[in-house]
Amino acid sequence: MVSVTDLQEMYEAMVTARQYEERLQEEYLEGKQPAFDISAGPIPGELHLAAGHEASGAGVCQHLRDDDTVTAPHRPHHIAVAKGVDLKRMTAEIFGRETGLSKGKGGHMHLFDPDVNFACSGIIAEGCPPAVGAGLAAKKRNTDSVAVAFLGEGAIDQGAFLESLNLAAVQDLPVVFVVEDNDWAISMPKDRVTDVENGARRADGFDMPGTRVDADDAVAVYEAAREAIGRAQDRNGPSLLEVQVHRRMGHFMGDPEAYRSDEDKAAAERRDSIDRLEADLRAHGVDDETIDELRSSARERVEEAIEWAKEQPEPEPADAHEDVFTNPPSGVTDSEPNVAKTETGGDD
Amino acid sequence: MAQQEKDPAEGGQTDRSLTMSRAMVEAIAHEMREDDDVFYMGEDVADYGGIFDSTEGLLEEFGRDRIMDVPISETAYIGAAVGAAQAGMRPIAELMFVDFFGVGMDQIYNQMAKNTYMSGGAVSVPMVLTAAVGGTYNDAAQHSQTLYGTFAHLPGMKVVVPSTAYDAKGLMHNAIRDDDPVVYLFHKRLMGIGWLPAPDGPKTPVPEDEYTIPFGSADVKREGSDVTVVTLGLHVHRALEAADELADDGIDAEVVDLRTLVPLDTETVRDSVAKTGRLVVVDEDYRSFGVTGEIVARVAEAEDGLAALEAVERVAVPDVPLPYARPMENEVIPDAEDITDAVRAAHGDE
Ligand SMILES: Cc1ncc(C[n+]2csc(CCOP(=O)(O)OP(=O)(O)O)c2C)c(N)n1
Ligand SMILES: [Mg+2]
Repeated sequence: MVSVTDLQEMYEAMVTARQYEERLQEEYLEGKQPAFDISAGPIPGELHLAAGHEASGAGVCQHLRDDDTVTAPHRPHHIAVAKGVDLKRMTAEIFGRETGLSKGKGGHMHLFDPDVNFACSGIIAEGCPPAVGAGLAAKKRNTDSVAVAFLGEGAIDQGAFLESLNLAAVQDLPVVFVVEDNDWAISMPKDRVTDVENGARRADGFDMPGTRVDADDAVAVYEAAREAIGRAQDRNGPSLLEVQVHRRMGHFMGDPEAYRSDEDKAAAERRDSIDRLEADLRAHGVDDETIDELRSSARERVEEAIEWAKEQPEPEPADAHEDVFTNPPSGVTDSEPNVAKTETGGDD
Repeated sequence: MAQQEKDPAEGGQTDRSLTMSRAMVEAIAHEMREDDDVFYMGEDVADYGGIFDSTEGLLEEFGRDRIMDVPISETAYIGAAVGAAQAGMRPIAELMFVDFFGVGMDQIYNQMAKNTYMSGGAVSVPMVLTAAVGGTYNDAAQHSQTLYGTFAHLPGMKVVVPSTAYDAKGLMHNAIRDDDPVVYLFHKRLMGIGWLPAPDGPKTPVPEDEYTIPFGSADVKREGSDVTVVTLGLHVHRALEAADELADDGIDAEVVDLRTLVPLDTETVRDSVAKTGRLVVVDEDYRSFGVTGEIVARVAEAEDGLAALEAVERVAVPDVPLPYARPMENEVIPDAEDITDAVRAAHGDE
């Protein structure tokens, strides 16, 4: 059974992620008013917020250690927070600062924190094969670490996912695939793109255990993930877990969501896994004061990270030329413009 | 320059200007009305109307059978477009961002591009692959590339890169009617999307009537006698901006918009360089092994090409992935100032 400590830690991760994204949203919109221009303001580019997905990140990552690998998709913040990614450096990265996780080269869709073996990326389902690779390394090196690939329900139609299931299964690798089903892939509802309502059934074709957690409930995710991750740790092969979550926001900031009914949006907001976990905490005898403390310490941490990030220096333009290779080859193309041919420049 | 109707006034009503996305959609809608075999597949192309407005309004007129939202399975639906084209239909498949081409690349370059040749001409693949290209809004390494040089490098695909609404419409008509696979790459910054403001240039008068712009006809967007600037896509507008500034200093730059990479209008480029003697190639693709090098080679290969060439400059993305943070993205994507500098250097004023 889930312990009170686990409940509190999951609550903390979820509240931190929610508050973090609320603050990011505020910062993001600065400079984008009154007219929304995606390239303006202190945080430019796309921003995919995960409000409504928190139970999945927290319920799964509660079982993970730093040496377990996580790959996340384009909607990564709640997973990164739950995995223990350095919040300050992640924030600095999102603000495009020099001290960010990737020195400002990656941005919010490409966060890498090797200290806790976390990475995310922007092409649908492309995190699955590297998670299989982390599982393969664990098996070859005979460690008990595991790998978890997170992806959206829209991503389970992608070859990279299905091929990864098969490879992980045939090699008996310690990998867990976690599908976050928020009912939408941008504007496309699930039933428009697949005939299979329960995505966990994709596992059947690979003779792999597949479980769907139907409720947006951190405790239910925690229980299902314990089994799947335990199976991986015990060397009993991969599992697939699908988790019902909700998309409380547009697909990306700036998404007009004209394709989505007001009722659908309101329903997503009603089913708040954070409220639900709070009720669980009370049922386990955690008092209001403790809950308030968890919330305010989360807020402080978020505020501190954002303030810190905003004070960080921007990268120098010339930094753009660094880091293409770990061992830069000699003779790379010079980025200076060619010198115009002059009369003195003989042909031979 | 190949003959074409250059003055929009000749093509019909001209007092309306369209964004590039509206012009593109107008051509698609026209072709769909004319030919039941034309249909459109992609992610978020139905209710959403395309993330970059590439199919805005088409669902309402043509319904879900012809404006098809498809699963996030690029290999399957791009390959399905190849198969449908070989069966005689005229599919348009959209890759939301060109950066995702890796997912469906086998279908693109081993089937779409090669089936005609491998069948000794027995099979044709009359399809269009559309994709959004380009950076300038800090979407980082996986969502900001242009990659048009890669498609142009691999034989078997015609490659179209419009820079204005007028060109976008005429080139789209031609793309759908063409019996070969056409890769139609539109720059996000030019489309006129609400959340990604376009510069002034791409919104142009567009005739209501249909018209085609033949492939392989570059367009001299600005005439000049001192330096030839060859470019395409977004950088046509940046080059025009640079040319205006240079004019104040008495340097008269000619701006050639390639409009298609395959086929390439080598003649227009060579004629211009024969006149100016100085060549600046500007490109938002990677510098090495790409468009800039190819253009320089084509000029050099001409009879007396090297002799006529007094100066050459390349302005392109250095060989690094696109970085996220603003100062670094600005560093690597050429802007008007980079172009002005290169033109001045070619002109000999350092
Ligand atoms: C290969 C590829 N195709 C398309 C996209 C564009 N895209 C980004 S997110 C997204 C929808 C993803 O839906 P889902 O997997 O359900 O995740 P969610 O956004 O709902 O969390 C799409 C189509 C992409 N990034 N990569
Ligand atoms: Mg989804």
